Amino acid sequence: MSARSTVRALPTLMRVGFAEAIAYRAEMLVWVLSTTMPLIMLALWSAVAADAPVGRFDQKDFVGYFLATFIVRQLTGAWLAWQLSFEVRTGTLAMRLLRPLHPMVSYGVENLAALPLRLVVALPVAILALLLVGSRALPRSPALWAVWALAILGGWLITFLANGIIGCLALWTGSSIKVMDVWLVAFMVFSGYLVPVELFPGAMRTVVAWLPFRYQIGFPVEVMTSAYDLPGALVMLARQWAFVLALFLLLQLVWRRGLRRFAAYGG
Amino acid sequence: MRTLVRYFRLLQVQVRSSVLLGMQYRADFLIDGAVSLFWTATALVPLIVVFHGRPGVAGWSFPEALVVVGWFTLLEAILEGAISPSLTAVVEHIRKGTLDFVLLKPADAQFLVSTARFEPWRSTNLLTALAIWTVAFVRLGRWPPPLGLLAALVLLGSATLLLYSLWILTVSAAFYVVKVDNLTNLFNSVFDAARWPVQVFRGVLRWVFTLVIPLALMTTYPAEAMLGRLSPLALVGSVVGACAFAWLSRRVWLGSLARYASASS
Repeated sequence: MSARSTVRALPTLMRVGFAEAIAYRAEMLVWVLSTTMPLIMLALWSAVAADAPVGRFDQKDFVGYFLATFIVRQLTGAWLAWQLSFEVRTGTLAMRLLRPLHPMVSYGVENLAALPLRLVVALPVAILALLLVGSRALPRSPALWAVWALAILGGWLITFLANGIIGCLALWTGSSIKVMDVWLVAFMVFSGYLVPVELFPGAMRTVVAWLPFRYQIGFPVEVMTSAYDLPGALVMLARQWAFVLALFLLLQLVWRRGLRRFAAYGG
Repeated sequence: MRTLVRYFRLLQVQVRSSVLLGMQYRADFLIDGAVSLFWTATALVPLIVVFHGRPGVAGWSFPEALVVVGWFTLLEAILEGAISPSLTAVVEHIRKGTLDFVLLKPADAQFLVSTARFEPWRSTNLLTALAIWTVAFVRLGRWPPPLGLLAALVLLGSATLLLYSLWILTVSAAFYVVKVDNLTNLFNSVFDAARWPVQVFRGVLRWVFTLVIPLALMTTYPAEAMLGRLSPLALVGSVVGACAFAWLSRRVWLGSLARYASASS
């Protein structure tokens, strides 16, 4: 499991993952349709903002915000929890363990390989946002663009690692889909996916700042819609990557402990 | 008449076996109850934020919108307790080809698959819905008029029928797109929009949610009936619409069934 052989395997894994994404394109389309919640919230919030702006948001800001939310969700999606839970239950995880490659790497590459196809969905929405909202829909400076790219990567990592941790719980309980459902509800509400985090009442906003969810969606979206100047964005970026690090360490721990219990039923 | 009696007895058998199965997992009662409470409480957050510091949105005050949320919770309980468990199993049947065994039985296939599984523990959500309504009407300072309650009961029937028909339509898609886990996800995320009174949506979206995916008929109209401000025309329209949807879904189901190629044989 040396680093060199892992790196050498990456291009092939990418190709396989991409081919898989193409093969299941209908499924992905359905998934994309099921992530149209931001568009419904967009309709809702525009109605609310029709009479008077909400906080700093007028109707146009809401359009920019929720289209960006849709794009960020496409780019940071991960489904490892379901996959891991399924593979633990059916014992197929054993196959992955036999390969000379860390299973988390292969999962990660599989997830990333679907990205080109997701970009195809996200790009038209980005163009639409640009047409509707103008330059406010995109980061203002090259530095902010760089922060945005890192924020998207961080958002994806948080989603992926959290999925991994919850998926590993299946090693103890047999299935962790229920835990994932609870996580998803919290994610939807506290990530800025349905409601911009800024609009939460004071005390709640403090709580949300200490949860990982807003760094999955809210933060990249806010960078995209220029809610921060550069220093502010960097502070948030540091917090986001602190979460990435914490979740990474936690996943290591859960994975090592859990794997000892793995019995490869049916595998 | 004899067929009716026969199907009624069949239903009894199916429900009994589901309840017995459910009793084996009594711990689920607590987990499901806790999860559903958490769900409902968390799901209220966007509503609270939207109405925060505002007297009303699109003609709905906060307690009135709560009545809609109550209906949403109730229908979700019906969906998750009585509708989706069975129909998720159909998707599995289609994928594996085991639908053959259902089709071979001497009873209507749609009836058999729709009543195959109930999850009694999901009924905890009914209590949550009642609690939400109580809070809403206490805050409103009045109680629903008797006639409105009666209309709401009728609408409960038509809403359940609509929900069921929409599910049958979704499941029918499984005959065409084989892997359909995602379809149930899609259904749930669209249904989520029913949490809001339909009046907050403008233009095309409102038409879609009233006529194409009739979410308005499921939560907004019953809530309006409870608040005593639903027009009789809307009531009749809802019932007729629900029947039309049921008829349509039956047609589509039969059409899709004709395409079924039995993956196993």
